Amino acid sequence: MKSKLLAASGVVAVAAAALTGCSTGASEEACTNKIVNADATQVSVWAWYPAFEEVVDLFNENHDDVQICWTNAGQGNDEYTKFSTALESGSGAPDVIMLESEVLSSFSIRDGLVDLTEYGADEVKDDYTEGAWKDVSSGDAVYAIPVDGGPMGMLYRKDILDRYGIPVPTTWDEFAAAAQALKDAGAPGVLADFPTNGRAYNQALFAQAGSVPFEYDSAEPTDIAIDVNDDGSKRVLAYWDDLVKKGLVATDDAFTADYNTKLVDGSYAIYVAAAWGPGYLSGLADADSDAVWQAAPVPQWDPADPVQINWGGSTFAVTSQAKDKEAAATVAKEVFGTEEAWKIGIEEAALFPLWKPILESDYFRDLEYPFFGGQQINKDVFLEAAAGYTGFTFSPFQNYAYDQLTEQLYAMVQGEKSSDQALDDLQASLEQYATEQGFTLQ
Amino acid sequence: MTTTISAERATSASPAAAGPRRRGPSLERRRQRVGWLFVTPFLVIFALFLVFPLVYAFGMSLFTSTLATGTQFTGIANYVKAFTDPLFLEGLLRVAAYALVMIPIQLIVALAAALVLDTLATKLSQLSRLLIFAPYAIPVVIGALMWSFLYSPRFGPAGTLFDVVGLSTPEFLAADTIFGSLVNIVTWQWSGYYMVVIYAALRSIDPSVYEAARIDGANGWQTALRIKVPMISSSMVMVITFALIGTLQFFTEPTVLRNIAQGAIDAAYTPNMYAYALAFSYSQFNYASTIAFSLGVLVFAGSYLFLFLTRKQSGLK
Repeated sequence: MKSKLLAASGVVAVAAAALTGCSTGASEEACTNKIVNADATQVSVWAWYPAFEEVVDLFNENHDDVQICWTNAGQGNDEYTKFSTALESGSGAPDVIMLESEVLSSFSIRDGLVDLTEYGADEVKDDYTEGAWKDVSSGDAVYAIPVDGGPMGMLYRKDILDRYGIPVPTTWDEFAAAAQALKDAGAPGVLADFPTNGRAYNQALFAQAGSVPFEYDSAEPTDIAIDVNDDGSKRVLAYWDDLVKKGLVATDDAFTADYNTKLVDGSYAIYVAAAWGPGYLSGLADADSDAVWQAAPVPQWDPADPVQINWGGSTFAVTSQAKDKEAAATVAKEVFGTEEAWKIGIEEAALFPLWKPILESDYFRDLEYPFFGGQQINKDVFLEAAAGYTGFTFSPFQNYAYDQLTEQLYAMVQGEKSSDQALDDLQASLEQYATEQGFTLQ
Repeated sequence: MTTTISAERATSASPAAAGPRRRGPSLERRRQRVGWLFVTPFLVIFALFLVFPLVYAFGMSLFTSTLATGTQFTGIANYVKAFTDPLFLEGLLRVAAYALVMIPIQLIVALAAALVLDTLATKLSQLSRLLIFAPYAIPVVIGALMWSFLYSPRFGPAGTLFDVVGLSTPEFLAADTIFGSLVNIVTWQWSGYYMVVIYAALRSIDPSVYEAARIDGANGWQTALRIKVPMISSSMVMVITFALIGTLQFFTEPTVLRNIAQGAIDAAYTPNMYAYALAFSYSQFNYASTIAFSLGVLVFAGSYLFLFLTRKQSGLK
């Protein structure tokens, strides 16, 4: 809290120094990996994938002209903060950066990313699904090359559902019935969690009911359409509000120690998750030795017209500060462009590939996952989810939008607002923010 | 020998009274030059790390950069916006409320502990002093993380304790309890530090004063409240000033707890957090500078006002 011995103005100066982003020459940074071919052009890369070093080594061995110099600059917001500061100060950014698709617009609008259409993005376009490509594009521009995705499914504790005789829900109506049945049976836990800070998770739930919260095209950077309080979102939120009010689901904050414990100790019988969820779960200390996990498709509103959704996913983008953009684009396109690289990514980092040659391979389809007792979860669940996903458009101020969403959802679960009111207030606050930021609302 | 030295001292101590002398002024000037030489390293650092960033931040705050339209010079428009921005004003009110609640609590705990320890002279008192001081030695982030576990309904000891008496565990991280939870962390962390400051001041009081008080018939309470407290008032003013600046700059504890209680602690919970979020989450560096600068001015004004009002007690007058 306190910077005791600094005078008041001193503290301001420190804050100011942080804000100006002291740009000490980060251009010649040390690489985490070894450079195989010292004469080749070096491309600096920030990425936080586990087991990425092997992928980098593989790339460097296979390329005479380009070498990757890799640094782990932190995960998610840690890395984005550094990148954002580097953009503001005009130096210090890497040539290639790992970004989640949800923040691409936030950085492209600040001229932080290079449009890869000039650097051969079209050559690799056909290697990706339509939804994956839409996530990295804005209008005609392409700001990154997709790497992994988060098509959503439902992971459930078979042992718990069996114990209480509850069938695996395939629709949201069945899901609500299962939540009620579990409570009526006197189970110690609940069916699932509704995290108010779920951010992209909650957004995906809304999208499943047809919500298109933002329309934005970087070719018209000052125009945006915002529609977060449409009928679909309202219907979904009213549904969860009802479950919360009845005490049928928990409202723990996601990604906290409590939440992680409850995920694995049986407090939640169902984890509505992305394809990276199994990797996340198995990385947590296993609290319940009886746990029998299985994967199933995500519940649907209308089983006759299933809608697939996506939660998360990462990409490689070339930054506007890249010294050699051609070489940087080569890295973005090719680092995860081989089967060997992907086998490392899948088997050691639990990534879900968006690169078709591996996504559509027999190897990936038939892969058996020991965590699920040998279930072929890709064949059963996630391949269909990935194929059915049609893409999503994020706003150029996604962090703000998420923070506001969290506040409104929290107010709702606290009983201060109805679900409709929460979404209407969210709409109003985002419209106001967009106007303040110079956008024209469409 | 002695007389020459003292004469020189006398002239240098009161140059105005020295009058016209042959070599006086040039010696004086040479001394001043040497003096500046000693001060230079400090001045360079001061200019580089305090004056320049301040000027830079102020310069930034005069521009407005929006996502869609780029950067423009807007003069004091950002300041007008800041002081009509409900998020900033709510944050200011919130830290003011924290100051009103937290500073007296910390002061009372620290003063009580120091007074008690001052009257004890056993091995136990040394150990107690160390134990009360220990939380301050723990880095603030670690302390806040530790408390976030203690508050956790899952891992915390509260669950077990309340189970024993058959009550439901209170939620320490809900919107209406987070205030008290944060006050508790800060008090735990800082009271020991203030205690040491006050204790040191108490030890510097001449014991003969107590002797005199005893002869006049003062009991322990009277000695504590009528002799000791007034005599250490300048230390108390210092402690309150530290606490005031610290509280207005409230940042680390709520930022750490926000990771586990995002609903209860929003991104603009305190002005410092707001400035941080604006700069690093929302990419509004100019407006963030404005908020940081405004807060700095308010903190400076607040501490100055406090020191002015207590100038008699602090001995600054």
